[in-house]
Amino acid sequence: MTMWALLIAFLAVGFYGLLAKRNVIKKILGLTILDHAVNLLLIMIGYRHGGCAPIRLPGEDHAGFVARSVDPIPQALVLTSIVIGLGITMLMVALALRIRQCYRTLDGTEVNRLKG
Amino acid sequence: MNDGPGMSLIVRMVSRWLLGFVFVYGLGVALFGHLTPGGGFVGGVVVACALVMSILAFGGKQGPGAFLARAVTTLDAAGALMFLALALFGYVAGCFFTNWIARGEPATFGSTWFVILMNVAILVKVGAGAFAGFLAIVAFGHILDAEEGRP
Amino acid sequence: MEPTFYGLLVFLIIGSIVALEMKDILSSVIAVGVVGLALSILFLLLGAPDIAITQVVVEIIVVTVLIRAAARSGRVEMTRRPDLVSTVLGLILVLCFCGFALAALETLRPFGGARPLVGHWYLVNAEAGTGCANAVMAILLDFRGYDTLGEATVILTAILGAVVLLRPKAREEEAEPAVVPGVPAEVAHE
Repeated sequence: MTMWALLIAFLAVGFYGLLAKRNVIKKILGLTILDHAVNLLLIMIGYRHGGCAPIRLPGEDHAGFVARSVDPIPQALVLTSIVIGLGITMLMVALALRIRQCYRTLDGTEVNRLKG
Repeated sequence: MNDGPGMSLIVRMVSRWLLGFVFVYGLGVALFGHLTPGGGFVGGVVVACALVMSILAFGGKQGPGAFLARAVTTLDAAGALMFLALALFGYVAGCFFTNWIARGEPATFGSTWFVILMNVAILVKVGAGAFAGFLAIVAFGHILDAEEGRP
Repeated sequence: MEPTFYGLLVFLIIGSIVALEMKDILSSVIAVGVVGLALSILFLLLGAPDIAITQVVVEIIVVTVLIRAAARSGRVEMTRRPDLVSTVLGLILVLCFCGFALAALETLRPFGGARPLVGHWYLVNAEAGTGCANAVMAILLDFRGYDTLGEATVILTAILGAVVLLRPKAREEEAEPAVVPGVPAEVAHE
């Protein structure tokens, strides 16, 4: 239970960075931390004590492997999620650079003038 | 020791030694993804890392040319189309995303050619995509520098 | 093994707080990089070597990109006073989130007690069905190929968005100054 509570604290830190920081780069960092926390939550849900990686080594007993391995489904989903996080971060950095060029600032609260 | 384009001599020398190893590591991780940890996603990002290192170490002040950017975006689309084509060929054996290529001995390299080809498609796609994003950001950084009058 | 997990998690939380509260942007980016690398060690200990290796490599490239972006901003001086309202509102929202999350914890099994139900079927059939010794790759590329197709589409769109946003000649035909009209001069020149 303590483990889950710590994990929620980790989630909350990322959430706080996303909501309360005004610098655009800080907001990107907050979203990255939130991304890390969600990935960690999914992997932890699939963990079991003394579990091995879901990769059968050559010569390993199949039944024993199935009995000991951790859940592979969260791992498959998190693998795609991490790579999507890379693409999203690049998109956000591109937006931040454009904001920097057009408004000469990185303060998110300054960016309130709509322009066609 | 900052003679010529790119970073200092030490960085360029070390990059020249490491570049081939990083590239081969990325390819190996992707090709053996069905037997060991790794796969196309990791391999693609490792290959993109090698390309990023070459740009950072040897790149001039002008930034990468437009030809390179166009080639990389074309490769990105080609990887995605290759993935889709492999999935579509599944109709040969019945339905979408069927493992339609014959399989070999278990726990050897040739145990499943379908997954190996899928891994190669994803390697091309993710590697080119990550590198294209980096190229765009670097090129735009040069424009920002020129506008703000920084060296 | 358990104390290692606790230690790494506490390290992650402290590193994240440091990353968010640092004044210098470059230091923040490097702190996030440290958090990502510690996270990859945790993934490795949790029996997920695939995820650990992906996390390391992606973290390296993300930090490189963020440093390229942050090296131009350096120590950014915020032009306005920090407004108390948004900070307090953010803290209240975070506390609400924590409350709901703690309530949702009742539905989770205790840590380490996972019983894979669907995953069990995949583990049993992965090698016979696809020929992959690596069950994660079997699920990713064969059993659930549609997920990967969607993922490829998402990453193609995201990178396309970044490339289109940063086109070098986006504003040349309009031939207007880069500074937005209506911005006061002192803001425009910082």
